[in-house]
Amino acid sequence: MKVSKIIAWIAFSAFVVIQFFPVQYNQSETVPQTDFMLVNNVPTTVNESLQVSCYDCHSNNTEYPWYHKIQPAAWFMEDHIEHGKGELNFNEWSTYSDRRKNSKLRSIVNQIESGEMPLTSYTLIHSDAVLSEAQQNEVIAYMKQLKDTLNQSN
Amino acid sequence: MGTMALAATMILTVSCKDGNKEEAAAPMSNEMHQETMGDDKDMGMTNGQDAKAEAILTDYFNLKDALVNDDNGKAKELGNTLAQSLKAFDASNYSANEQSELNDIIEDATEHAEHISESDIDHQREHFKILSKDVTDMVAITGTDKKLYEQYCPMYNNNEGGAWLSMNKEIRNPYFGSQMLKCGKVQREIN
Repeated sequence: MKVSKIIAWIAFSAFVVIQFFPVQYNQSETVPQTDFMLVNNVPTTVNESLQVSCYDCHSNNTEYPWYHKIQPAAWFMEDHIEHGKGELNFNEWSTYSDRRKNSKLRSIVNQIESGEMPLTSYTLIHSDAVLSEAQQNEVIAYMKQLKDTLNQSN
Repeated sequence: MGTMALAATMILTVSCKDGNKEEAAAPMSNEMHQETMGDDKDMGMTNGQDAKAEAILTDYFNLKDALVNDDNGKAKELGNTLAQSLKAFDASNYSANEQSELNDIIEDATEHAEHISESDIDHQREHFKILSKDVTDMVAITGTDKKLYEQYCPMYNNNEGGAWLSMNKEIRNPYFGSQMLKCGKVQREIN
């Protein structure tokens, strides 16, 4: 009993201490001209799906949940967002080369088809980010069409 | 009970962070190694060929062989090696047009190689398909002193098909491995 009490106290103090560790927030007031939605003619429904289900981790602006300031949740999110933006940042779409756009579109389609994206750890809390089958099909169809247009212009 | 769960979460978080640090340290030593290797290659560049492009090709073929052998672990390792060679590539000797094309290719290929270094074998093969296109386009610009065969398997990814490069005429399929080792045909000969 005593030992477990000590452990609990250590854990609690550690929990308090980590609250003071700074976190880099992913927030931006403006949407750059290079954004996916601004350079492409994206249908409203697809636009909405992407904003709700993808943009939190794949753009420069995250809509944070209420617990985003509580550690270690904040670290976990920071890590995910950093990685997500490294893979694909919709805000920087038009700066990608055609070759890279092609690769990205391919990955978007593959990962939505296989259900890898949006991540389960994300949809667990953001239940609105789950893409219904209809939404999935819409997004996939649009991305495929965009890919075809891209390949035709080359 | 709640506090215990928290403690467990924190311990996990901390150990994850440590893991990251170790991982981050590894590529550094690789890079240094790469530099010394790069010097050797420059010295070997007497016949006017691009030694760095040849190094990329060699790594690509090693990676392909690992996929032929269904060796996920080896392919991870070789994906990392290839990523290092790609990063070491220097396009400055090419014309402005070629440079921009090559830089696009290298950037894209590096991403695929990096993904291969951390994926399961199905994903590795998906990335290998696009990587193969990148490497083929690179060779079209840099040239090579190797004789290459562009090979094609129409059955890959639900009959979408997939191409790859090989130094041997015989088909050894990197997309199916032992499952369908000899599926495919030579599509084109380079050199």
